[in-house]
Amino acid sequence: MVPPSVEIRTLFFASYRELLGTKELAVDLPEGATVSDLVSSLRSRGGAFTVLPGDPAVAVNHAYADPTALLNDGDEVALIPPVAGG
Amino acid sequence: MTFAAVGRDPIDPAEVLGRVGADEDGAGLLFVGVVRDHNDGRSVGGVRYDAYEEMAVAVLREIAAEAAQVVGTDRVAVVHRVGELAVGDISVAIAVSSPHRAQAYEGSRFVIEEIKKRLPVWKKERYSDGVEEWVAGSTPMSPTGEAEQP
Repeated sequence: MVPPSVEIRTLFFASYRELLGTKELAVDLPEGATVSDLVSSLRSRGGAFTVLPGDPAVAVNHAYADPTALLNDGDEVALIPPVAGG
Repeated sequence: MTFAAVGRDPIDPAEVLGRVGADEDGAGLLFVGVVRDHNDGRSVGGVRYDAYEEMAVAVLREIAAEAAQVVGTDRVAVVHRVGELAVGDISVAIAVSSPHRAQAYEGSRFVIEEIKKRLPVWKKERYSDGVEEWVAGSTPMSPTGEAEQP
């Protein structure tokens, strides 16, 4: 039996995009995974991913979310580097 | 009705100012943010703004709605530009109108400060020596108000 999992569309912007050399990844996580589980999973990929901050600002489906927020199948999660608009 | 937009076209400040105003308003205020030719002692040739566009529009609408509460009118309009900008180009325009000037100034200031704190937009500066760097920004607060560690 394959344990139930959720697929997260993960987006990277600006400095994170350049660091990782990608703007988007599909990440599979166990059901019940949180934002912070997603970040840990990314960092454990090694290489440039280990340079990501452990507690970056994150948006789930276009709204800022806490590290403890639960993720659902199909969520769009963006890692948000420090912002510099204006 | 508040108005908020994020786009690639040059910003026409008169058009943004034209979105606010009412017979009861004695104050109309326009703020523009402009690309300057220096930052932290370095000469800047141009900048590129990147955005998480779908979210940026949503956040900018939220900011405009919150500013309307601050001002006490719904006459708040804000436009942010993304893409390649040259020195002197307008990156953001904010228009507010209200019966008296104090609320307009307060609302306008609120919008630009909130943009700096939480609009998902990033700025890459191009210096005269050819080097390009992302401008160090602010880390948005999480919903519980805890400042996240960079």
